[in-house]
Amino acid sequence: MNNMTPATSETSAALDAALVGFVGRTLLPRTRAQDPVNLPMIRHWVEAMGDTNPIHTDEGAALATGRSGLVAPATMAQAWTMRGYAAHRRRIAGDLPADSEEQRLTTLLASVGYTAIVATDSEFEFVRELVVGDHLSVEEVIESISAEKVTALGTGRFLRTVRTYTNQDGEVVARQRWTTLRFRPKVREPELAPRPRPALNEDNAWWFDAAREHRLLVQRCADCGTLRHPPGPCCPHCQSFTWDTVEASGRGTVYSYTVAHHPRHPAFDYPLLIGVIALEEGTRLIANILVDAAGAEPDAVGDYVHVDAPVALEWLDLDDELTLPAFRVVTEEKH
Amino acid sequence: MTALPPQVRVGARLPDLVVPLDRGFVVATAIASRDYQDVHHDPDVARASGAADVFMNILTSNAMVERFVRAWGGPSAELRALRIRLGVPNSAGDRMVLRGTVREVGEDHAVVDVTGENSLGAHITGSATLAWPDRGVTP
Repeated sequence: MNNMTPATSETSAALDAALVGFVGRTLLPRTRAQDPVNLPMIRHWVEAMGDTNPIHTDEGAALATGRSGLVAPATMAQAWTMRGYAAHRRRIAGDLPADSEEQRLTTLLASVGYTAIVATDSEFEFVRELVVGDHLSVEEVIESISAEKVTALGTGRFLRTVRTYTNQDGEVVARQRWTTLRFRPKVREPELAPRPRPALNEDNAWWFDAAREHRLLVQRCADCGTLRHPPGPCCPHCQSFTWDTVEASGRGTVYSYTVAHHPRHPAFDYPLLIGVIALEEGTRLIANILVDAAGAEPDAVGDYVHVDAPVALEWLDLDDELTLPAFRVVTEEKH
Repeated sequence: MTALPPQVRVGARLPDLVVPLDRGFVVATAIASRDYQDVHHDPDVARASGAADVFMNILTSNAMVERFVRAWGGPSAELRALRIRLGVPNSAGDRMVLRGTVREVGEDHAVVDVTGENSLGAHITGSATLAWPDRGVTP
């Protein structure tokens, strides 16, 4: 079972407060494009895009429309100001200016697991056409950051910015509202192998049958009343073969636990928390421990459980044949 | 006073534009737009992200709508606005069909609603504003 759950409301509220401070800040200070608007890059673009509009590459055709010369495709505004391949490689190597707003925002978002980014909306307004020789600059300001949303890609927040494109004379030539989803990539649930089957026999099958009905039974000697687990034919106290059962309340405490890392069995998620649970009726059983460790590093799940921690029963319906009890550590709320 | 081209009237349908998508096209357009994100050129990375293959970048989605509406509007048309929302990815091996309908006509401009659909659904939903400004020449 995957014990990771979405961020709790407290972490979300703390993040909200931190993010509000970013609204209105400049994500990217005014940055000049590497090159001015030029015919070779326009030709590269229109050839790839399959765009045969003559105003982009045929000066005579552009002049015939009353324009002063070749005009670039309007949507190239963004391409002129892309950072280029070398800077792209530096960024994927993690080389961002440490004191930039972008680095601060990225670090904050990564701290809650929002490591993935995807563009979702682009709203361009073109103020004037770009002609060969224009030299663009771009500045990007954060307009809004949404509350946390659950999307098909994963849980995250929409970051909306406004990119303002200016030319060499400082005139605004285009504005672009640009929305990206910064999100926690959905952990694609691997197809887990089926859980190993219990070795069933006439002395223990009844216990697993009851588990499928979400009843946690404890065997009781019908003669001396001693409770026992795991199930067996004979009372270890008085050797009687007659028995009945009591239904456990599902409350208990952690008697002991271990965090399994290796070796891995394909039926389980790791790290795997395994506990010896002391039921309040008095018997112990071995079961998975579930913890609310949203946002925690997987290796830290052991920090969310301790000996004597109170636990409550939950049922794991693993497949059509197998249901097993598990115990979730309950946060102590009684004062 | 400018004369709008005759095809510019409310409710008019633009001729559909079919865009076949293959890896060469996805890669060439990503590089032409200077977008080196690996999902646009590395099929393994793209598949790991949940897409069927390398997929079109958003700058190219914008460029496709620009090409589509300008082809209808003629060389004198100027693109004034372009708003798109992205849906399903445009993956290599698929094809996108752009469709447009004139929603609104003003004195010198028109607003066209645009969709770009592939086998998974809508890749693009948006609108474009084209203008035919008076430049003192007879087109």
